[in-house]
Amino acid sequence: MSTFATQFLKQARAMTADLRHRRIIRTALGNYEIARDQGRSSFQDWESARQLAAEMKWEAVNHLDSYLEAFTAKIEARGTKVHWASTGEQAREIILQIVRDKEARSIIKSKAMTAEEIHLNDALENAGLNVVENDLGEFIVQLRHEAPYHIVFPSMHLTRCEISDLFQRELGSAPTNDPEELTMIARRVLRKKYLTADIGITGANFAIAETGMISITENEGNARLTAALPKTMITLMGIEKVLPKLEDLALFLPMLATMGTGQPLTCYNTMYGGPRQAGESDGPEEWHVVLLDNHRTELLAEAEQRDALHCIRCGACLNVCPIFRNVGGHTYGTTYSGPIGSVITPHLRGLQDWKHLSNASSLCGACTETCPVKIDLHHHLLQNRRNASAAQPSFFERLAYKIFGFIASRPTLWSIAKTLGRWGQPFQNLVKGSALDPAKAWTQTRDLPPLAAESFKDWWRNRK
Amino acid sequence: MSERELIMGRIRAALKTRARQPGGHKPASTKVANSTPRQWLPKVGDGIDEQLALFARNVAGLKADFQLFQSVEEMRQALVQMSDTEGWKRLAGHSGDLTNAICQALKLPLLRTDKAYAVNELEQCDAGISECDALVAQTGSVLVTNRSAGGRALSVLPPHHVVLARRGQLVPDLPAAFELLKRKYADNYPSMISFITGPSRTGDIERILVLGAHGPKKLTIFCLQD
Repeated sequence: MSTFATQFLKQARAMTADLRHRRIIRTALGNYEIARDQGRSSFQDWESARQLAAEMKWEAVNHLDSYLEAFTAKIEARGTKVHWASTGEQAREIILQIVRDKEARSIIKSKAMTAEEIHLNDALENAGLNVVENDLGEFIVQLRHEAPYHIVFPSMHLTRCEISDLFQRELGSAPTNDPEELTMIARRVLRKKYLTADIGITGANFAIAETGMISITENEGNARLTAALPKTMITLMGIEKVLPKLEDLALFLPMLATMGTGQPLTCYNTMYGGPRQAGESDGPEEWHVVLLDNHRTELLAEAEQRDALHCIRCGACLNVCPIFRNVGGHTYGTTYSGPIGSVITPHLRGLQDWKHLSNASSLCGACTETCPVKIDLHHHLLQNRRNASAAQPSFFERLAYKIFGFIASRPTLWSIAKTLGRWGQPFQNLVKGSALDPAKAWTQTRDLPPLAAESFKDWWRNRK
Repeated sequence: MSERELIMGRIRAALKTRARQPGGHKPASTKVANSTPRQWLPKVGDGIDEQLALFARNVAGLKADFQLFQSVEEMRQALVQMSDTEGWKRLAGHSGDLTNAICQALKLPLLRTDKAYAVNELEQCDAGISECDALVAQTGSVLVTNRSAGGRALSVLPPHHVVLARRGQLVPDLPAAFELLKRKYADNYPSMISFITGPSRTGDIERILVLGAHGPKKLTIFCLQD
């Protein structure tokens, strides 16, 4: 078992027993569920909207080369500098180089999961720079020196009291349990940062091939300010974010909001097509767009699982997942958690190290049912399991199935095994779950129902 | 080879294998073929009156303020009253038909953001007054661009954003808003286009709604019935 798997099992066991954590998550998601359901039902036909969105993403991802060409040609024509990075390390180096060229000291960053993926903040901090996350949830988890708990709600695992304690300790603010006052404390701290930052870093939710724009979805206005005030703007995005046409956003913006937060549309949905243009009064003088591969082309090469690149990072599959809701976001130990994280992490970080995530699923299919772009999530979990065991078969598992197959296909042996099983079961109960039990991993948390005193075959034969 | 060529090469090699059509394991319905988002998005009702009513309902739900005026004079008076109530001392705005006609009535120092300006001064303003490109009935959004609404920061930095619009700027839905952008700007888009849907908000603390996270706490939409 990989060390990641051991860690996952250990933490999952602790978290599922943590009733306080489960209560916080259940409450946080309760309101979301009501709003999301209302939002979906306001569509004239949600299922058709999903199918259309899936087809648009299919078109984009399956012609990624031509849409990326169009996107970069258009955006470069407006004075944007486009950079290409095959790996996370290259992307970090590109961004560090821009920062060094600008002799920048302070950086503000609006929420970007791609930056989490390549551990950008660590790289910038190690280079002696001051980076401040300006999405409220990200700001909170940054102060706690921990990773975001959820791709859309980074601080959903924390109560207002914990946040108040954190602000008192880190910002020297007065104690308060009022979410509004806590938000205003963060607002005041971050206002100063916006006004003095040399560089603003953002992510991107979509890129538009037709017009050469990126689109950012947010609620707080933090990305708007990040793209308005600093002299230099850097946008880090995965290569799979491209959509063919500007009007495609008419579908994707409301879908992302409905499934992400349960809003009909989030507060700010903004398209950027270049740095400050001639005659414009504000905005960055320079804009750098960094296109990140980081194993995405490997996932693209897996035709069977290619649709995992359709993901719009709405987090809806996390919210419905019984595993996520019980083990919590940090247990995964990955940038992307929940069903989509379990599907793509093995591709981003190695199948054998991360295959355990695909096993941590009841295959209930709630994720697949809810995904707005119809990613076949739970089938991909099965495919990961299949691929992992084909690449590195387990000797004992194969032996066990061979023996089972041998016995099950021979009626006499089968009937002897049944009788032995019936006699042997009471003895198994004596060692159940202990070190002496060969099936300990399974029986520790599960009961085997008693074998019937009479088999169906015997009953059929003896019936009057 | 450059990284660009390497990545493009990997993409082209990967796409040689075709992926199954979208829609998961279940057979896809065929009715979406050649359809457009408008057919599936929320209904907006027929006629401008119905759509205006929908816009007003949506804006109220977003905790923004929407008022309709019969004349420029009425709008001017309402703004003067708002200025007095809130005690505005400094204003920011840009040059435009409506803003020019209205802002002078306030007799307050006005920072123009459609020309070079100092960000620190904008931060000190009590309100930002801008025009817009469109109002979207379907979502209660105000569509602004940095060309039509005084740059990138005017609509997010001051604590109160006041939008001056005309009834004729109302479009029914999001697809219509994108059609309008294409018609208006063709291949010369402003470098920022933003759909503003209510005042800035967050739910990052226990999923409880708080207005004014980083952007304006208040959004007021004054609309002229023309």
